[in-house]
Amino acid sequence: MSVEPFIGLSALLFTIGAVGVLVRRNAIVVFMCVELMLNACNLAFVTFARAHGNLDGQIAAFFVMVVAAAEVVVGLAIIVSIFRTRRSASVDDASLLKL
Amino acid sequence: MTAFWLLAPIMVVAAIGVVLARKAVHSALLLAVVMICLAMMYAMQDAPFLFAVQIIVYTGAIMMLFLFVLMLVGVDKTDSLVETIRGQRLVAVVVGVLFGFLVVTVVAQTTVGPVVGLGEANADGNVHGLARLLFNRYVFAFEATSALLITAVLGAMVLAHRERLEPKLTQRELALERMQRYAEHGEHPGNRPTPGVFARHNAVDVPALLPDGSPAEISTFKTLRERGALREGAFTTDVAVTLRKLEADGSPRERGLIEPAGPTGPADPRAEAAAGQDEEEHQ
Repeated sequence: MSVEPFIGLSALLFTIGAVGVLVRRNAIVVFMCVELMLNACNLAFVTFARAHGNLDGQIAAFFVMVVAAAEVVVGLAIIVSIFRTRRSASVDDASLLKL
Repeated sequence: MTAFWLLAPIMVVAAIGVVLARKAVHSALLLAVVMICLAMMYAMQDAPFLFAVQIIVYTGAIMMLFLFVLMLVGVDKTDSLVETIRGQRLVAVVVGVLFGFLVVTVVAQTTVGPVVGLGEANADGNVHGLARLLFNRYVFAFEATSALLITAVLGAMVLAHRERLEPKLTQRELALERMQRYAEHGEHPGNRPTPGVFARHNAVDVPALLPDGSPAEISTFKTLRERGALREGAFTTDVAVTLRKLEADGSPRERGLIEPAGPTGPADPRAEAAAGQDEEEHQ
């Protein structure tokens, strides 16, 4: 199994996620696109681990997953508290860095 | 490699769907598809531990958290199409395509060299190999992770918690308030009518019908009303058609479908009309 197709797919998914972050307005969808980018990086990590024959890449992917979980918890809590005060989950409405 | 070429198109289409879907719930479900396909790719690439963790943590925990928050924040909200910065969408897509082209070109032009494979590293099993690395070389990162998780839990609690500013109303105070409203505005002090006549649809979002066939707004929940999620038109015509059919067949009681239930029984149309008039007088 060659490595290049996996890396190409990873690059493609990362790009789609980045475009989603730039284009969408709903904070939750933006967040999902960030998750997509993190997952694309994980795919690259795992692929390179196989290419180089050691497990450090898989450890890196594991840490990315842990950090992503923590990030999702805090981020969604922020979205919920913003929604409570502004009745909206759009990223454009919360542009003043205050509630 | 067959599995890769089967999974990759599904993943790309689902990922594009995440970006393009108008409803956030559809985005979440498509993202779950991408993540499950990714888990299979990990399994293909000698990473069984990450395969399990991807399914359990990402599709199991994180996606459920996303869906949970989506349900809290309101499922029916779709993105507004108004651009805050003019032309931002177009520029973003162009920049994205250029970026993707650049990255794919770079990937295509690099040679990775011979693929070593994980046969040697996974000799004792993948989990053993990962554990050996995690608790030797990466032990400090692992410990820092625990601090990160504790901080995240505290952060979520602090951010999502809301202090109660006024005392909770007791049943007695609620009853007094209701009678006060009755005395001042003549609002009916009894129970409100329940939503959903005949429960044909998802009955919570269908208002009850008054005897003259008009929907009773008061029977529905305030949140659903504000969100504009009520269904009225289709339902009233539906009921009207059924009533006309019943009238053509003769009343249900004559056909013996409904037991006689006394003068105030719900099957008696005259009693219902009288009750409706009572309610109107209250209002």
